[in-house]
Amino acid sequence: MIAAEIRNEILDILSDIVPDEDLSQLDDSLPFREQIELDSMDFLDIVMELRKRHRIQIPEDDYVELNTMAGTVRYLEPLMKDIRPS
Amino acid sequence: MIAGNGDHRRIVITGVGLTAPNGNSLAEFRESLLAGRSGVKNYEIRYVGATHAGVCAFDELRHQKKKEVRRGTRAGSVGIYCANEAVRDSGLDWENVDKSQVGIYVGVTEHGNVETENEIFSLQGFDYDTKFWSHHHNPRTVANNPAGEISLNLGITGPHYTIGAACAAGNAGLIQGAQMLLLGECDVALAGGVSESIHTFGIFASFKSQGALAKHEDPAKASRPFDRGRNGIVVAEGGCIYVLERMSDAAARGAKIYGELVGHAMNSDASDFVLPNSERQAQCVRTALRRAGLEPEDIDIVSTHATGTTSGDAQESAALREVFQGGLKTRFNNAKSFIGHAMGAAGSLELAGNLLAFEDRMCHATINVDDLDPECAVPGLVINEPEPLGEVNTILNNSFGMLGINSVVIIKRV
Repeated sequence: MIAAEIRNEILDILSDIVPDEDLSQLDDSLPFREQIELDSMDFLDIVMELRKRHRIQIPEDDYVELNTMAGTVRYLEPLMKDIRPS
Repeated sequence: MIAGNGDHRRIVITGVGLTAPNGNSLAEFRESLLAGRSGVKNYEIRYVGATHAGVCAFDELRHQKKKEVRRGTRAGSVGIYCANEAVRDSGLDWENVDKSQVGIYVGVTEHGNVETENEIFSLQGFDYDTKFWSHHHNPRTVANNPAGEISLNLGITGPHYTIGAACAAGNAGLIQGAQMLLLGECDVALAGGVSESIHTFGIFASFKSQGALAKHEDPAKASRPFDRGRNGIVVAEGGCIYVLERMSDAAARGAKIYGELVGHAMNSDASDFVLPNSERQAQCVRTALRRAGLEPEDIDIVSTHATGTTSGDAQESAALREVFQGGLKTRFNNAKSFIGHAMGAAGSLELAGNLLAFEDRMCHATINVDDLDPECAVPGLVINEPEPLGEVNTILNNSFGMLGINSVVIIKRV
């Protein structure tokens, strides 16, 4: 997956986790939590979905990298480069 | 004794919120019961396959966001729907109610089976590697979950908990609410019962293994208490939450009052895991009558517990014949014949199905009795068609459960 595809995948996961939110105006540079109602259990849902869908294991120390959309895509790029978009 | 100790010692029902397989409000439910409309459908569940169930069709998003529905449980959604509808129905000025003085007491037959089964089913796809086990499992399966979800949704900061009482739980929730009001633990009680049991295959499979799961070519005829052809239970989901208040508080705000809880009793068979005990059931009914200061002949309608099992219906019928002695006035009916067995919700829902009899003076029937079992022939049993009564002043509601738990509540017209 390339960056744009990873971003779409994260948006797809978020649309399940926070189905009441409008994600179309998401600013990639701002923290998720400043833009949408996303608590710690929701954040763990993102981690779990990446694990379930793509077998990606994210260590707890790296959670801080997933603060923004831009940071999440940047962090996942090397981990998802060999995954083909479904 | 609850009745007769001054208005602050009298407990009344001032609001009702419910979802049943054949109605999502008290009025809809009542209309279905009087019209003979069943809510039992054909139903599929994993591993068990084709069966029947009472399935509710309330609008979860009426009082919850999609995210709340996703995060919580079906029992939580049932409870939230019922609690909100009950509060709305009560006419309480909810914005200005002191939420620390509201208590939530929700009866459940079981809780956590649905969520645990779902997680294990999902885990199977990951070769049972527990790092794929959801972090939502614990908050979804703690025993207080349905009551806790109501507290979160309505911003209630008073006590909340569930009452695990098998299929007597709906009455037990109501009784708990009344007792907490009498103790001064709260000023408003949201009390009743909920069930999400149709979403756990285990409950169907267990009844099937026990030879107690109903089957009929017409699902609407599968739940048939008292009929000679009955062959078991139809599992249902549903819920019914009441707003309970002290009479003094209800009167002071000019509340609409559905009825007064004038008597209750709970006891135990101490005789078998699953088989009922008519002697203990009769004792429970008598205790409730004594506490209400009533005689059997004072009761207008008895809402029976009968579930459609061979033994259970006969045992309850024997208990009722013994207590009521063929009195000419009392009528007997059964809501499970319409909706199946709503488990933790059964007691509170079945009472609700009769509550409007105080106004319309009708006794709804027990349907699907094509061939009355002589062992279940209770004089006064209202069969297949509702019966107009001259006056309805008292309703006695039976609700019994596994491990030999019995409960009875008596409601009087105010």
